[in-house]
Amino acid sequence: MHQLMVHAATESAPSPLAPNWWELLVTAIGFAILLFIVVRFVVPAFEKTFAERAEAIEGGIAKAEKAQAEASAALEEYKQQLVDARAEANRIREEARAEGAQILAELKEKAAAESARITEQAHAQIEAERQQALASLRSEVGAMATTLAGRIVGESLDDDARSARVVDRFLAELETQNAGAAK
Amino acid sequence: MTPLTLPAADNGAFTPPTLEELHLPAILPWGASDGFNKQMLLVLLSVVFIAWFFIAASRRRQLVPGKLQFLGEQLYGFVRNGIGKDVIGGKDFMTFVPLLFTLFFFILVNNIYGAVPVFQLPTMSHVGGAYFLAGLVYVIWIGVGLKRFGFRYLKLATVPSGVPWYIMPIVVPIEIISNFIVRPMTHSLRLFATMLAGHLVVALAGSGIAFLITQESVLLKGMSLLVLVGAIAMYMLEALIMVLQAYVFTLLTAIYIQGAVAADAH
Repeated sequence: MHQLMVHAATESAPSPLAPNWWELLVTAIGFAILLFIVVRFVVPAFEKTFAERAEAIEGGIAKAEKAQAEASAALEEYKQQLVDARAEANRIREEARAEGAQILAELKEKAAAESARITEQAHAQIEAERQQALASLRSEVGAMATTLAGRIVGESLDDDARSARVVDRFLAELETQNAGAAK
Repeated sequence: MTPLTLPAADNGAFTPPTLEELHLPAILPWGASDGFNKQMLLVLLSVVFIAWFFIAASRRRQLVPGKLQFLGEQLYGFVRNGIGKDVIGGKDFMTFVPLLFTLFFFILVNNIYGAVPVFQLPTMSHVGGAYFLAGLVYVIWIGVGLKRFGFRYLKLATVPSGVPWYIMPIVVPIEIISNFIVRPMTHSLRLFATMLAGHLVVALAGSGIAFLITQESVLLKGMSLLVLVGAIAMYMLEALIMVLQAYVFTLLTAIYIQGAVAADAH
């Protein structure tokens, strides 16, 4: 009986659904080893690479954005500086023009004053010379006239007071005649 | 251990290969069990392959990746964003990315074995591996739910809101069965069965070709070419299913975890 059962057991193929426990164990061990390697080495390495790559790309973008911002800020600054410089140049030009005009006016004024002064001086001098000439003429003409008249009348007319009176009268007459002629 | 015999040898009729014949003898027998076999070797090799590839791809961390690093990042990003972020989302999906990542590539490589000559064995066609992975996921999503909501989670997971009270006696048992009993079974069997079926089809086609080519009739010999063409088409389909099942398993894991993380959202 026992022999028959053993015989039957060896004859009938084992069900394919019945596991070979050693195979199951080896699979479990193999899987555990692989899982350990994956957890310990493979996944961290890949994740680190992904993270580094993402960081590199994002960092690159951020850097580019920063550079762009800096560039546009610099451009803005330069533009502002250019505008300032233009305004400054305009201002300086205006100032120079105003200053030039002022200097010109001052010079003109000064020149006018100078010429006026010179003219005035010349007038005064002429007047003084005229007065001087007039005075010397008066005295000389008087003396000469009295001398001449004395010679003609043969009488000394050296009485100063009288001769002076005569000369003055004569001169006055002359002047009135001159004035009449001038009219 | 059944002896490996040519199927056509006995009586001239074709006998399809049995599951027994798909199990190669152990490389290093020990004890009562079959010992150290090809499935175990391939599982351990897959760990070496995956770890080697991804450590090599992620070792030189460069901002502008080389070809290897780019490929590694694409594959990692596919699981991280395509499954983890899209399905679980939120701020704590990163907690589960290592698990999803390991699951996907572990299953993928172990499935792809079936399409690679010499390896030629999808290790998940041996049910033990599939049981372990589905069991692990089962424990994890229930653990996540319990940790987040305490025992209230059991109510959240089984009693849907907005259902009239008189339907509850029907809905609650269905929810319990579908979520806590059927779910881990379908999760593991889906992977196991697709891999086993693909493996069987390839083996069947192979033995069919071997049988037909030894027939005396030229017509039957010629038929082996048709089988070969069909086998190649099946091989392509299998390769697709291998990738697809790795994705499906991982996606379902993410969906289960998401359901536990946001159990109060529905």
